[in-house]
Amino acid sequence: MKKLALIVAILCGAILIFATSEFPEWGDPKAPANLHVSPHYIKYSVKETGVPNIVTSVLADYRGFDTMFETTVIFCAGLSCFLLLRIFNEQTEEQGVYYRHMPTGIVIHFKRDDVDIRDKDFELIDSKLVPYDLIIKTVGRVMIPFIQIFGLYVIAHGDFSPGGGFQGGVILAASIILLAITFNLKTAISKINEKTLGVLSALGVFIYAGIGCLCLLLKGHFLDYGKLAKILPVGPIKARALGMLGVEIGVGIAVMAVMIIIYINIASEGKHHEGL
Amino acid sequence: MEALLKEIVGKYNYWLYIVLMMIGLYAMIAKNNLIKKLVGMNIFQTAIILFYISIGYKKGGTLPIIIMPHHHHEIPPEAIDVSKYINPLPHVLMLTAIVVSVATFGVALAIALKIYKEYNTLEEDEIRMRIRER
Repeated sequence: MKKLALIVAILCGAILIFATSEFPEWGDPKAPANLHVSPHYIKYSVKETGVPNIVTSVLADYRGFDTMFETTVIFCAGLSCFLLLRIFNEQTEEQGVYYRHMPTGIVIHFKRDDVDIRDKDFELIDSKLVPYDLIIKTVGRVMIPFIQIFGLYVIAHGDFSPGGGFQGGVILAASIILLAITFNLKTAISKINEKTLGVLSALGVFIYAGIGCLCLLLKGHFLDYGKLAKILPVGPIKARALGMLGVEIGVGIAVMAVMIIIYINIASEGKHHEGL
Repeated sequence: MEALLKEIVGKYNYWLYIVLMMIGLYAMIAKNNLIKKLVGMNIFQTAIILFYISIGYKKGGTLPIIIMPHHHHEIPPEAIDVSKYINPLPHVLMLTAIVVSVATFGVALAIALKIYKEYNTLEEDEIRMRIRER
């Protein structure tokens, strides 16, 4: 089997390398890929959409349908992760909760599940006995707010600088996942619970499709943001930029929620009890 | 000799991506462990992403964000030199492809977890053996 796979891989590679003899040279401005539609995008992006970042204008306006269905694909991925893994009526083998008394480092095991100590001397921990690490927790606590602000900046500034909904959403999700890793999964879920995540992931897709439908109601085509000028106090070109911003916010919300859903479900095998 | 050298300098990046892609393909076919197969799939996707990004590159081009003249919000289309900006289209396609690949990887891991819970193993031949035993 391994030899067969090696032969297949080498043969495929040889054919593909042979095919590159017809390719244009790397970095050739006259390559066919650079001549068909991209000159139009580069030349007219600012004039037609008012957005200097061409990647954003192509993503959200010229290829808006594509991005909408990509967002739907991501939503479906989160949904299928949830449906595959989530366990609701769990029979926990390891019952009870563990608390660590911070000044002494003693771990207390409560056999009942409903113990809830709200004291700053006690800290809820996973049963797999994660050792206490002051450096990791402090760094996490300091970094997370800045990561979130950076994520919001990346979403909001996607029109003018590298960034946009996908990247910003992933950065926001990374901040919550960092919280789940440095503290524990329960802390992360208590900040943003499962229902909120489900609603947010659907809300992101809804914002995207909703802005498209709003354009329909304003007698335009689907995702024709220029028609939003009728309800916004700006001209049609600025309205396009604002429509794109709205769409990017929708994408960012959906991506953030889905990434967190995937992480939580895989890390805790659907129990939402203890993570990594 | 000179022609060969020109060929190598002009195409070596494509060859590297093909090598990377074939490593992924080999892992997907030959490896026995499902997680290793998934990693092979991810290497394959990365190779394709790199390939697309390198198609969009233009020598001497900068990133596809129009540089506005000072204190202006508009720039006439004639003033933009197309060869100065790299092709934005592959970037758009790969931007969505990266996020979708992460999402599909998540689903794949979820299915692998389910398989592990069912058969207590991720080795493909052992899974097949256990299916046959039932």
